Amino acid sequence: MTGTIHGNLNMIGYGLAAIGPGIGIGLIFAAYIAGVARQPEARGMLQSIAILGFALAEALAIIGIGLAFALS
Amino acid sequence: MTLLAAGKGFEPPSSRDFVFSPLFGKGTIFTKPMLIIIVGSIVIALFFWLAARNSKVVPGKLQYAGEAVYGFVRNSIAGDAIGHGSRKFVPYLVTLFSFIFVMNISGVLPLVGFSATSKFAVPLFLAIISCVIFNYVGIRRVGFATYFKDMMFPPGVPWPVYILLAPIEFLSTVLIRPVTLTLRLQLNMFAGHLVLVLCILGGAYMAHASGALPALSWIGFVAGVILTFFEAFVQFLQAYVFVLLSALYIGGALADQH
Repeated sequence: MTGTIHGNLNMIGYGLAAIGPGIGIGLIFAAYIAGVARQPEARGMLQSIAILGFALAEALAIIGIGLAFALS
Repeated sequence: MTLLAAGKGFEPPSSRDFVFSPLFGKGTIFTKPMLIIIVGSIVIALFFWLAARNSKVVPGKLQYAGEAVYGFVRNSIAGDAIGHGSRKFVPYLVTLFSFIFVMNISGVLPLVGFSATSKFAVPLFLAIISCVIFNYVGIRRVGFATYFKDMMFPPGVPWPVYILLAPIEFLSTVLIRPVTLTLRLQLNMFAGHLVLVLCILGGAYMAHASGALPALSWIGFVAGVILTFFEAFVQFLQAYVFVLLSALYIGGALADQH
């Protein structure tokens, strides 16, 4: 038994699929931080927009993990 | 969750951890998530009832807490997302927010340790309610035919694009919106529970293993504690996001076409 790895290839696929939403969420919050740094008084408005974008980008990663479990 | 038997390999947590046997023996259908939902609903109802009872101009501690929850949803979710005419929907959104938040946060409470929203049916039902509400609001505002015409045929697009755009818009509104609402909430709670269980079970397994592993088992426990706090933040954020998106859909159905 030594030297063997048990598991599901789906999880590697999910790991690869999570790269895209990860980059996307990073870009969203980078833009949010830059926006707040330039104009601190716009923080409240930018925050809900940033969280909305985060939720939409995160949906892709979440669908990925759902499929990783559903298709096993 | 099964305790590790000596000599067996490590069993990672899986979707089997989300299947519960009935609480009162074989043949009954009452499981732990149902108990969490019922107790959580009673707690929410008691909290708001006690907060609203004897309301004074200078609020007490409990009244202040209740007003903080209500004001948070009214001002920073409904006010921003719906705008004019948001007052009618605030009771629904406050109920939705407090229900989802309590169902989520039960995942990090000691002795409870399970989010009722990580069962598929709970967020699905909430998303269907939201979907029915925003479609009903839109249909009542402009009428059935105009609502679907405005939705499927937005102006300012060359006509061949409609062949592609109309079915996408239709499916997006009646199917994809509730499905993504459901999946986002459910799988966030699902993945969070898996990660926490993995950290704690991994730490426990390493503590009982042979060789150098017991000396490293603290990593699993420390990561579990840190991730518990992170998970609490995610659970609040997901409740906020669910309510924010519901409010945005309602706002979109209420707004005039530009």
